[in-house]
Amino acid sequence: MTNDSSGDVRLSGISKTYGAFTAVHPLDLTVPQGSFFALLGASGCGKTTTLRMIAGLEEPSSGTVFLGDQEVTNLPPYKRPVNTVFQSYALFPHLDIFENVAFGLRRRGIKSVKKQVEDMLELVQLGEQARKKPHQLSGGQQQRVAVARALINHPKVLLLDEPLGALDLKLRRQMQLELKRIQTEVGITFIHVTHDQEEAMTMADTVAVMNAGRVEQLGSPADLYENPNTTFVANFLGTSNLIEAAVDSKSGDDIVLQAGGGKLVLPQARCSAPTATGGKVLVGIRPEKISLTHADDAGEIPEGRNRITGKIADSSFIGVSTQYVIDSAVCPEFEVYSQNIDRDARLTPGADVVLHWSPAHTFGLDAAQDIDAGVETVEPEEGVAA
Amino acid sequence: MAAVTEAPPLAPQPAEKPPRKRGRLVPYWLLLPGILWLIVFFALPMIYQASTSVQTGSLEQGFKVTWHFQTYWDALADYWPQFLRSVLYAGAATILCLVLGYPLAYLIAFRAGRWRNLIMILVIAPFFTSFLIRTLAWKTILADGGPVVGALNSLHVLDVTNWLGFTSGDRVLATPLAVVCGLTYNFLPFMILPLYTSLERIDGRLHEAAGDLYAAPFTTFRKVTFPLSMPGVVSGTLLTFIPASGDYVNADLLGSTDTRMVGNVIQTQFLRILDYPTAAALSFILMAAILIMVTLYIRKSGTEDLV
Repeated sequence: MTNDSSGDVRLSGISKTYGAFTAVHPLDLTVPQGSFFALLGASGCGKTTTLRMIAGLEEPSSGTVFLGDQEVTNLPPYKRPVNTVFQSYALFPHLDIFENVAFGLRRRGIKSVKKQVEDMLELVQLGEQARKKPHQLSGGQQQRVAVARALINHPKVLLLDEPLGALDLKLRRQMQLELKRIQTEVGITFIHVTHDQEEAMTMADTVAVMNAGRVEQLGSPADLYENPNTTFVANFLGTSNLIEAAVDSKSGDDIVLQAGGGKLVLPQARCSAPTATGGKVLVGIRPEKISLTHADDAGEIPEGRNRITGKIADSSFIGVSTQYVIDSAVCPEFEVYSQNIDRDARLTPGADVVLHWSPAHTFGLDAAQDIDAGVETVEPEEGVAA
Repeated sequence: MAAVTEAPPLAPQPAEKPPRKRGRLVPYWLLLPGILWLIVFFALPMIYQASTSVQTGSLEQGFKVTWHFQTYWDALADYWPQFLRSVLYAGAATILCLVLGYPLAYLIAFRAGRWRNLIMILVIAPFFTSFLIRTLAWKTILADGGPVVGALNSLHVLDVTNWLGFTSGDRVLATPLAVVCGLTYNFLPFMILPLYTSLERIDGRLHEAAGDLYAAPFTTFRKVTFPLSMPGVVSGTLLTFIPASGDYVNADLLGSTDTRMVGNVIQTQFLRILDYPTAAALSFILMAAILIMVTLYIRKSGTEDLV
């Protein structure tokens, strides 16, 4: 990665409104040169609109777009040094693969395109297909043509609009690694729009989680996962168990909380909410961080761990782990993922158990938000205005 | 797993069923009305006309098949100027239709928004009036000394068209220009509808993709939109050119004896002179000429797989 900042994308206060509907609220965002950046959110959250404003396909209602030091807000798409991989690929059906890939070069008046196009087709492993028409290729191949067609222009930024949405799961996994490889190889800034949190986390260096036209949180995948700032991020990225608790006291760097008659400890540094004594806080814990012990063995649990008692409501064995749903006083559907190392045969539905985890894995959120925000319901189809 | 191995042996398979006869015949039954239609209204009249074209005789003594192919050469020798005129007028009208129809079809397909249906209705609306009345209306529009001719005159357009031989003197009526205008007007919807259909099918994202790949709007049109609309261009030009080259109403009502097209000749031969063999031979020559031109045209435009 270079220190060159000509591939930085800087959005300053850009917003987009359609009549009374605000698709994107004023947004400031900087994507540094050479990074793989993901805009993650459910359909209709404004992520595609943001991308289209960078591409020039949508005019911002306010704000400015910079590429490096150049302001491009009012430049039409064909004058911007960015290229897009479209959701449906948008390959030209009347041109063969070679001509599709050569399109951008020819438009800029470059005469000898043969070598470049062949090299690019080699990069995406489609050398053999050069003279076929797009409809003769499989979905995965078409997707690679779309990437090649954009990359051959050496854009300062490559924009990817749900590029893997139309592929089946297995191919999608393969293409994720492929795109990541290509990005590392060419070192161009990638901005990737997706609704698939796993895809965003696998591929991107930095993820911006968007919700209702705003960026909820921005950070590395691990950071977002471990330290969500809002209930939306906590629920949208993976699964979180959220418990309503009241601040009881503070001891050193920890906050002691009261929840359902028990005490929970939360490191001050991991709480993004105000913590006045008596105030409410949502305590979060990821399902895989929790250990499950049968109530009869409760005495063996080491001191200093956060504990909650409950009853197993349901369990499902999924190979690498077993997923339990625990019914407890503080949270009706507590989820616990337990690795299948030493399975305790007593842990079956109906058993009384103690859930315990290290306080260091606990995070705290502002209780004044919707506790269910971002909980994944049935996967919605990606809408037009997304 | 045990249950599977202990399952009772399968009942012996019944001998291979003969394919159901009834189902196999259904496609032919479905084809039947169409085939009958073609036989009665296409094949039989064609055979009848073909036989007429090689007959000799007169109305009083009756016509007999004498395999007199000379009729074809005579017809061509006598009426080649009318043939030429038909091709020229129809060709000019087709080009005018394309030039006028393409922007309109483009507008309806991509820019009209909620006005789309209204404009479509306006395009089709003339069909609610008879072809004849619409053509007669042009007689009034282009009438000598009328406002249109006056305007063309004062703008010196007529000087140009006179020089080109499309008009003569202060008149538009009874000149080639009037006939071409009539043909253009009457066949314009046949150009617009297929153009619209093929333009409307183009994925708007292809325009965005072209723009994203450094194509300015006009280049996008030239390199993406127009090539993709070729099926519409080809079918539109065929739907305009073929009927226009056989048309005789426009030349009859808007033209003069100097603008007679082959359609007028065929009409006269059939209905006034009652020389059926010559009329039939002319019809076949026209059909063959059109078939050859259309085949060459489709080959040239390379749209066999698109039409």
